[in-house]
Amino acid sequence: MNIIVCIKQVPSTSDVKIDEKTGSLIRDGVESKMNPYDLFALETALQMKQQVGANITVLSMGPPQVQDIINEAYLMGDVEGAILSDRCMAGADCLATSFALSQCIQRIGLPDLVICGKQTTDGDTAQVGAEIAEFLHIPHITNVLKIDDIKEKSIIVESDLPDITQTVELQFPALISVEKDIVQPRLPSYKRKRSLPSLHVRSFNRNDLADKDEEKYGLNGSPTRVVRIFPPEKTRKTELVQGNSTELADKFYETLAEWKFV
Amino acid sequence: MEVCLIIMKAKIVIHQQHAQNPQELTELCPFGAIEYMNGQLNINAACKMCKLCVKNGPVGVFELIEKQQVEIDKTQWRGIAVYVENTNGVIHPVTYELIGKAIELSKKIAHPVYAVFIGSQIKEQANELLYWGVDAVYVYDQPEFASFRIEPYAAAFEDFILQASPSTILVGGTTLGRSLAPRVAARFGTGLTADCTHLEMQANTDLDQIRPAFGGNIMAHIRTPNHRPQFATVRYKIFSAPQRRDARSGTLITRELPSEKLVSNIRVLSLKNKPAIVSIEDAQVIVVAGRGVRKKQDMAMLQSLAERLSGQVAATRPLIEAGWVDARCQIGLSGRTVSPQLLIACGVSGSVQFSAGMTGSQHIVAINIDPNAPIFKIAHIGLVGDLYEIIPLLLERMEAGMHSKQTSHLPFPENVVK
Ligand SMILES: Cc1cc2nc3c(=O)[nH]c(=O)nc-3n(C[C@H](O)[C@H](O)[C@@H](O)COP(=O)(O)OP(=O)(O)OC[C@H]3O[C@@H](n4cnc5c(N)ncnc54)[C@H](O)[C@@H]3O)c2cc1C
Ligand code: SF4
Repeated sequence: MNIIVCIKQVPSTSDVKIDEKTGSLIRDGVESKMNPYDLFALETALQMKQQVGANITVLSMGPPQVQDIINEAYLMGDVEGAILSDRCMAGADCLATSFALSQCIQRIGLPDLVICGKQTTDGDTAQVGAEIAEFLHIPHITNVLKIDDIKEKSIIVESDLPDITQTVELQFPALISVEKDIVQPRLPSYKRKRSLPSLHVRSFNRNDLADKDEEKYGLNGSPTRVVRIFPPEKTRKTELVQGNSTELADKFYETLAEWKFV
Repeated sequence: MEVCLIIMKAKIVIHQQHAQNPQELTELCPFGAIEYMNGQLNINAACKMCKLCVKNGPVGVFELIEKQQVEIDKTQWRGIAVYVENTNGVIHPVTYELIGKAIELSKKIAHPVYAVFIGSQIKEQANELLYWGVDAVYVYDQPEFASFRIEPYAAAFEDFILQASPSTILVGGTTLGRSLAPRVAARFGTGLTADCTHLEMQANTDLDQIRPAFGGNIMAHIRTPNHRPQFATVRYKIFSAPQRRDARSGTLITRELPSEKLVSNIRVLSLKNKPAIVSIEDAQVIVVAGRGVRKKQDMAMLQSLAERLSGQVAATRPLIEAGWVDARCQIGLSGRTVSPQLLIACGVSGSVQFSAGMTGSQHIVAINIDPNAPIFKIAHIGLVGDLYEIIPLLLERMEAGMHSKQTSHLPFPENVVK
């Protein structure tokens, strides 16, 4: 079985600051790490490998530094790496990201299963998985809660819908995006660090892809535009009440009465 | 005359010969996208096109080259459509909230409002939608739509878009909506803005969309300036539902897909109802436990407060992770969004991730020992004190209040003996 796991590099903290003058994000000195939701995707793949045997490729699109998270993945288990990096892919929104990733997946070779994380901690849209599946013309299931069975040509999963959970059999090739907590991600093994030089990583750029049209990648290929980013506003007049607990309880009760809750 | 936004395609070109101190120039970029290697300055894929290097760099080194792009004819796209989220035909209330918003947005540009209803045996419910002020309901009622499977649902949605050419499409930000909307948006090669909290329509039919990102630490204003239809998802309880009308209006348009559009590589084996707990999104009163609650047993105190107010208990993320409270009762960006009549935050610090899920609450009371806790910036009433003292005292008062109310209803209060 062949599996591709899509992983994204995100800032280590989502506590980013905004430059009020330019409106751009200040990420100076902010470390990067693997999107935490993608750890669940990777662990899901690693467990499948243990269960039925699989070749796993972790794929990341971004600047050359995404090598770091490919290494991180390797410390968790036996994977190969693929990096898609090209300046023309900078500034991509979900559509351009998914298109580029789907092109790269086809270049690597369409696997039986593509696994994505539920969402990221930066862009935070949870849209990339379904969009990749559309570009690959394969079925997808998002919000996978549990893998019930892995068969020769299909997989049985449970997924979360608004009022029900659905158990479905999905024919390969297919894409799933997994919920956080579907499995418990293992810790990186520092023993594996010694064998890191044997990690096989392939690098791709636009010229390696079937569709080389610069207009379809990065900012040019992105239908959405971030017009402005700004800090969330917190303006509300709070009546701050201090005093001993009896006074506070009295005030609390009076307020609830005034609002007609008691 | 309306001003048209001309969409530019841009790229940054480096003129190496003008760079005096190339190594230093790498510092210009806040995203670390400028690198200096083998005597060459380069911009790598980390570039966010923020143009700071052009603005702040030495003259002539970084040049912005813009190319004008052909603008699409937006008059070809008319209408605001709402996807009717449903389970076995039961319409999810987020649908009405979105219809309300769509009607509001449509007034500005005089576009029709459509509902797109995909399911099986849904005729009756489709009729119900005509009480909510939409101009037309597109109904896809075939047995293959009984359970959600992405290929047939996306095919029906695609058919609707080809039929109606709507300018804007709103989809509930539920697990289903967030699976279906990106699939269809990608099919039309158009933009989708996730989890919008604020929507406004411009005269040129561009939708101004505001959404949180980075776990609620920043807000982004997003537009889809040159693609149609423009898609947005909105979570449940972000907007309020309009009043159901007394009379029906609008038309039902029934569409049927040919069988080849209904095939799927997904086979539904079984459906399980989720345990029927009243979801916290529907609760009118919510008592939220934060890290100020010291042990699991203490949840009982909050539970009795919630019961007294006919409300429900919810919690912040650490308590959910500790397993003290059911995960479905997590409020915040990674949990649920709520907007009850009353929310009482007990020992909640008020991180942005949490408050993103509750600022819509009508009345907010916060109890916290720390007068500087950020929760006091969002609460209407902030009680600076110990929840372990205040809540029992409050419960006493509520108890007493109940009694005095009951006694006052007695025609001859026997206990009042003068
Ligand atoms: C403030 C802000 C708001 C934004 N809002 C929007 C918006 O509303 N709509 C929009 O289209 N774009 C938006 N973008 C752009 C978008 O967030 C990303 O840049 C896009 O590349 C990926 O989307 P995501 O991070 O939300 O991924 P998600 O869709 O949340 O990621 C899901 C999964 O896809 C995979 N994945 C995602 N990115 C990569 C990658 N680079 N390499 C490998 N695997 C990956 C991972 O498995 C991940 O777990 C926004 C960006 C910013 C900064
Ligand atoms: S445009 Fe902004 S992100 Fe791109 S290289 Fe220049 S400074 Fe860096």
